[in-house]
Amino acid sequence: MAEIVLDKVSKRYPDGALAVQEVNLEIADGEFIILVGPSGCGKSTTLNMIAGLEDITEGELRIGGQRVNEKAPKDRDIAMVFQSYALYPHMTVKENMAFPLRLAKVDNATVERKVSEAAEILDLTQHLERKPSNLSGGQRQRVAMGRAIVRNPKAFLMDEPLSNLDAKLRVQMRTSVSRLQKQLGTTTVYVTHDQTEAMTLGDRVVVMRGGVVQQIGAPQFLYEHPANLFVAGFIGSPSMNFVPATLENGSLRSVLGDCTLTDRVRQLVEGADAPREVIMGIRPEHFEDAALVDAAVLAAGGKFTSQVDVLESMGSDKYAYFNLTGEQAASAELQELAADAGSDDVPGDGISLVTRLSSASGAVEGASADIWFDADKVQLFDPSSGRNLTYTER
Amino acid sequence: MAGIGGAETTGKRVGWGLLNAVVVIYALFPVLWIVSLSFKSSKTLADGNFIPREWSFENYQNIFSTTEFTRALINSIGIALIATAIAVVFGTMAAYAIARLDFPGKNLLVGVSLLIAMFPQVSLVSPLFEIERSLGLFDTWPGLILPYITFALPLAIYTLSAFFREIPWELEKAAKMDGATPGQAFRRVIAPLAAPGVFTTAILVFIFCWNDFLFAISLTSTEQSRTVPVALSFFTGSSQFEDPAGSIAAAAVVITIPIILFVLFFQRRIVAGLTSGAVKG
Amino acid sequence: MSHATTEDTATTGTAPEKSVAPKKKAALSEGKRAERKLGWLLCAPAALTMIAVTGWPILYSLLLSMQRFDLKFPDRTEWIWFDNYVTVLSNPYWWNAVWVTVLLTVVTVAVELVLGMALALIMHRALVGRGIVRTTTLIPYGIVTVVAAFSWRFAWTPGTGYLAEALGGEPVLTEKIPALLVVGLAEIWKTTPFMALLLMAGLALVPDDLLKAAAMDGASGWQRFIKITVPIMKPAILVALLFRTLDAFRIFDNLFVLTAGSQGTSSVSMLTYNNLIKGLNLGIGSTMSVLIFIMVAVIAFVFIKLFGTAAPGSDDGGKR
Repeated sequence: MAEIVLDKVSKRYPDGALAVQEVNLEIADGEFIILVGPSGCGKSTTLNMIAGLEDITEGELRIGGQRVNEKAPKDRDIAMVFQSYALYPHMTVKENMAFPLRLAKVDNATVERKVSEAAEILDLTQHLERKPSNLSGGQRQRVAMGRAIVRNPKAFLMDEPLSNLDAKLRVQMRTSVSRLQKQLGTTTVYVTHDQTEAMTLGDRVVVMRGGVVQQIGAPQFLYEHPANLFVAGFIGSPSMNFVPATLENGSLRSVLGDCTLTDRVRQLVEGADAPREVIMGIRPEHFEDAALVDAAVLAAGGKFTSQVDVLESMGSDKYAYFNLTGEQAASAELQELAADAGSDDVPGDGISLVTRLSSASGAVEGASADIWFDADKVQLFDPSSGRNLTYTER
Repeated sequence: MAGIGGAETTGKRVGWGLLNAVVVIYALFPVLWIVSLSFKSSKTLADGNFIPREWSFENYQNIFSTTEFTRALINSIGIALIATAIAVVFGTMAAYAIARLDFPGKNLLVGVSLLIAMFPQVSLVSPLFEIERSLGLFDTWPGLILPYITFALPLAIYTLSAFFREIPWELEKAAKMDGATPGQAFRRVIAPLAAPGVFTTAILVFIFCWNDFLFAISLTSTEQSRTVPVALSFFTGSSQFEDPAGSIAAAAVVITIPIILFVLFFQRRIVAGLTSGAVKG
Repeated sequence: MSHATTEDTATTGTAPEKSVAPKKKAALSEGKRAERKLGWLLCAPAALTMIAVTGWPILYSLLLSMQRFDLKFPDRTEWIWFDNYVTVLSNPYWWNAVWVTVLLTVVTVAVELVLGMALALIMHRALVGRGIVRTTTLIPYGIVTVVAAFSWRFAWTPGTGYLAEALGGEPVLTEKIPALLVVGLAEIWKTTPFMALLLMAGLALVPDDLLKAAAMDGASGWQRFIKITVPIMKPAILVALLFRTLDAFRIFDNLFVLTAGSQGTSSVSMLTYNNLIKGLNLGIGSTMSVLIFIMVAVIAFVFIKLFGTAAPGSDDGGKR
């Protein structure tokens, strides 16, 4: 059990590429922290540096208050779960789980006890004598977890441990990983590219992009108060809608019509010294069918009318998709997000918009609908820097 | 071609059984014939019968009573084992480098060893004959071991690098995380995984060395280093009037035994070894 | 990780990539330099052995081929440049040996391809007894060629052999055409399993789903084989053919035991051996060595250029 501190940790590869840049991160004892970001953002490199599998170019890494930059992985007393599970194919489940203990020259009785305890927790008792090749994906994953927990390390490092499982099993394992971590109370650093895992698992989430930490915070905080366009677009599913807009005398002009900023938003924007041209971001749930909104509330937001492109009914609510004519919001961060989602090559002009409407909505696919959005929930971003102009700590 | 949609009917099973029988007979007929010949007594040797009319160990007693055969057997075993050991060690080192490391000249090495694999061995016989004579290697064990290693190396390198590429090297990292030193990671995780590949390669290389005839007959001249295949071709029979066929057959059977044992016990490995490279080729 | 550790799926031919892959000219880090050094160190024993045992002798045989060098008359050794080549190339025995070798190669490899394919299909698809079939077919592959050759020789020897008896006691090994047939038979018996194994590896690459789809599209078994299986496993077929052709071209052991090259049944290897070891004529023997080397190189080149066999030197190409 220990806290892990990354103090201006950087990784530069021999060819000059900077993979991780001055990461500052204090992970508290027992905390479950998630490193998330698109592929190539440096999250795995950061994890490998904590593990000791890659050298730290600059900065200092402390585990339990002690500098460990120069220590070999085996001397750091941390365990790791790999994406491929990395189970030793020539050993049985039991031997796999006992391996770290045997290396540490733990006596036989203790090994037996610890392995059977771990097997109990992970529901592997009846599989102990089998070889990894005879196990299902979920079982292999649990063996990998078991190998990590048997020796009560100072910390667990997990490198996309669930990404090789099918969708249903992944959801199941997600909850059991979370439960296990709570139960053991061991500091855990978890790398993933899946924002859902990040949202559901972690005490805090670290969003990374291009080797630089974008924002650190509790999942809900990141969702509600993204520091910039990248975080705003990365966290949340379906993701936030982005529309280019113009600020004029306290009102906002865009393809979603004109709307007056609320006092709260206006103060924030003024304080942030906003440019005239901005990118407006609205989450799908902040839209509503205008027919279902009280007249008083209606006035405190924007309204537009457009033809419903696709309507998906989820039972509890409805997703209405629109395709509005106009220029798409343009910024380097949004492009990167689109590329990561693989949607950059999906053909389509104009602005696509996802809205979540109440199930009572009478919107019909192919027909026109009046849609309202909550002006107080609008977030505004600087297109050149990506900075959130409406960011607050609260 | 078969096997799409069809049920496993009895008819099909019988059909496959017959096909299998044809294959087995095809493969074993010449072997059984030489075995049969080796057990024939000198009287019935030339009777042309496929199955001996009279079983006898006479031929085996004969060959084991002459140094001509026993010495050749020792030569064959010694030369093949030493050449195999060296070729596998060198091959393992090179294959590890090829599969795991990045260094200039790698492709050149792969290319050269492929050229050697396709090389007409007889083209080397004339220069080696002359060179070995001048170096004093002619008609010695090293004189045969050297060319054997050379021609076995391409086989060893290809087979081993194909095996090594299959090893999930992430396990090395995992072992380090589990507290292993680099030495322990190699000994307890990588070596056990690489061992089957090395073993398979050793079998293939041994078979190659055991089999060679061209180098053995060209680069030896006396019992001192003659291997069994060559000694066989010099068998004359104990007297001028005696047909050496019985002795040859008995000796042939003796040197076939290790091959049969390998095939019986390591069939899967040999198939995997022979095809490992070709699959991706 | 280097590119060689990734799966290399390149199958169709490119020119032999013998040169070092172009490298970025970035300054090498400590680790990178250590990796290079280790790579060279590990490869050194293998590379040096191969070069020592083949490189110098190849050059040496070129030199020898340009000298009159007969160990029976060592005093008359002198440089004669290309006279040896003229002697060999105008010699009817040499041309006879070339034709015999080419004929044996073409016929045996063609028959092996057909038989090997049948055997590969049996091994791949067999519903029952797959293990037995695979085990027994490995025996011809593994058995010492000389042993197998003796088995065939005794089988065809009048009086001793069951096959000679069956054919009425005619001596077949003392006449050119029947003798060559027997040699071809022995070759085919010995090497078909190897061909079959290589082809079976290719068969394993044909996805079952593809064959099922073709069956649903109305292709018969034969059509599936010709239109789906063969094109997909073409690379494996070409590699198998290349290796077997080059191997067949060096035929020696079987001929030595079965006919010893009499009655005009010598192959080029046999003839070279006879000149060298029996005749002790190093000059002529080396000339033949060089000519054989050139012929093999041409065959390999034709395979690679014309048929696009995976090139030697391309990482996984054609290895076995």
